[in-house]
Amino acid sequence: MGIIELKDVSLSFGEHHILRNLSIDFWEGHIHAVVGPNGAGKSTLAHTIMGLPDYRGHSGDILFNGKSIKNLTINERAKLGITLAWQEPARFHGISVADFIQRAAGHNGESRIARDALELVGLEPDRYLIRDVDTTLSGGERKRIELASIVTMKPKVVLMDEPDSGVDIDAINSIFEVLSSLREQGTTVIMITHSGEVLKHADHAFLLCNGALVDKGPVEKLTSYFQRRCVPCTHKNVPDQEVLV
Amino acid sequence: MHKHSFGPDVAHLEIHGNSVLNATLVDGLVVESAETRSGVDVDVVVKRGTKIKNPVYLCFGMLENGLQHIRMNVHFEEDAQAHFISHCTFSNASEVEHLMDAHIQLDAGAQYTYFERHIHSNEKGITVIPKAKIFLGENSYFKSEFELIKGRVGTMDIDYEAECGDNSVLELLSRISGRDDDLIKIREAGWLKGINSRGLLASNIAVRNNARAEIYNELTATAAGAKGHVDCNEIIQDEAQAKAIPIVDCRHPKAHITHEAAIGSVDSKQLQTLMSRGLNEEDAVEMIIQGLLRK
Repeated sequence: MGIIELKDVSLSFGEHHILRNLSIDFWEGHIHAVVGPNGAGKSTLAHTIMGLPDYRGHSGDILFNGKSIKNLTINERAKLGITLAWQEPARFHGISVADFIQRAAGHNGESRIARDALELVGLEPDRYLIRDVDTTLSGGERKRIELASIVTMKPKVVLMDEPDSGVDIDAINSIFEVLSSLREQGTTVIMITHSGEVLKHADHAFLLCNGALVDKGPVEKLTSYFQRRCVPCTHKNVPDQEVLV
Repeated sequence: MHKHSFGPDVAHLEIHGNSVLNATLVDGLVVESAETRSGVDVDVVVKRGTKIKNPVYLCFGMLENGLQHIRMNVHFEEDAQAHFISHCTFSNASEVEHLMDAHIQLDAGAQYTYFERHIHSNEKGITVIPKAKIFLGENSYFKSEFELIKGRVGTMDIDYEAECGDNSVLELLSRISGRDDDLIKIREAGWLKGINSRGLLASNIAVRNNARAEIYNELTATAAGAKGHVDCNEIIQDEAQAKAIPIVDCRHPKAHITHEAAIGSVDSKQLQTLMSRGLNEEDAVEMIIQGLLRK
């Protein structure tokens, strides 16, 4: 039994089937990658696990440590230890980096927590604590600040949507160091990616296509997807007609 | 009324109702006041070349109900500099009318920054009507920040107009939070008539329950090199309504004015981000609104 289990989850928006009968186990304390082409349903999967409002109308169930979280709100899931890092982090007017990080840790007015978290993600606290989480920060800075806020939560599950999107090499290396550190502390990381480089940092991978689970296994096995551009794949665009893993 | 205590080198003027309670001046600052039946007439002059180090405090208050009408003439002579902080405190009042008519003249090179903070009670009967006409001489700088984020707004009708001379800079900023049946109306108009003059009109408003807000920000540029920006951000909740009418009037091919207006409920991504960190919806909304209204 995984820490997060999807049991036969399907989600449609109108006539568009975005997730199709997904049953997936995410093992505790591992870094998982969910890979697939654009439109495969990868981000939708992350948003569904997090319980975002537009993604609550799915069939099937989602379990956390064996208990259903299907009817829990975003913050109720967060209180259990599940959190999400967006592909494009939100910007906030008038909210300082210090406040943003401290509130995630459930604290007010203790800059030590924010300071430690910024150092962990490779950002100099004195430069960033008093700045706002707004457009003056680069994409990489906002990603790292978001990760800092996640670290302070001491989460059990981190959903990372395209962790390398909009970041430079220094930033992505720093991010992966933090993810490895989280794994060592027992946190489960689920990375959404279409990057072969990001995939290499995972322990285990799932391949989605057209909302369905096509393959899963060790990273080496799924790497061939990137090398051969989803070949072998005899089910393209018609997964209902194929026998899937 | 709370009596403030200031050091001897801090200029201040305290007005309660239509009485001047206290006035302390510093070198280069001239203040003359006259009590009227309904308030106080005040003439302020910052003498040529004076640079007042500490903020000048203006404290207006009403403990009981009634009318307070302040007529203020402010004249910054050439190259004068000062920062004024005004506190308007009506924290125990329930039926107060606070009117302010200001005429502000900045001579060449003068710099005047003005921060006005209102603290109101939770009663609905407060009416605040500040009007100002501002004239910026060449190379002068005027910045006004208006803040009302504690207590009920009641009814507010702000009307500021400014004319900007060559190379002058104008900034009019407001941050207001309204609730219940508060009514907020703001009209800020800047005329960039001087070469290379600049103007910024920015409003951050949050309204909830049945409050109403109408924001008119108008910038007109008629000179070469004039640049300006109009920015209005409003968050609405419950049955509140907000209207933003930015007017950008560019009458010179070498002038440039931009505008932004965003009105709506709290941004869903911001809200979901904070909730995914464990904040409940109410706390997340409050954090976002306080961020919008933060100085």
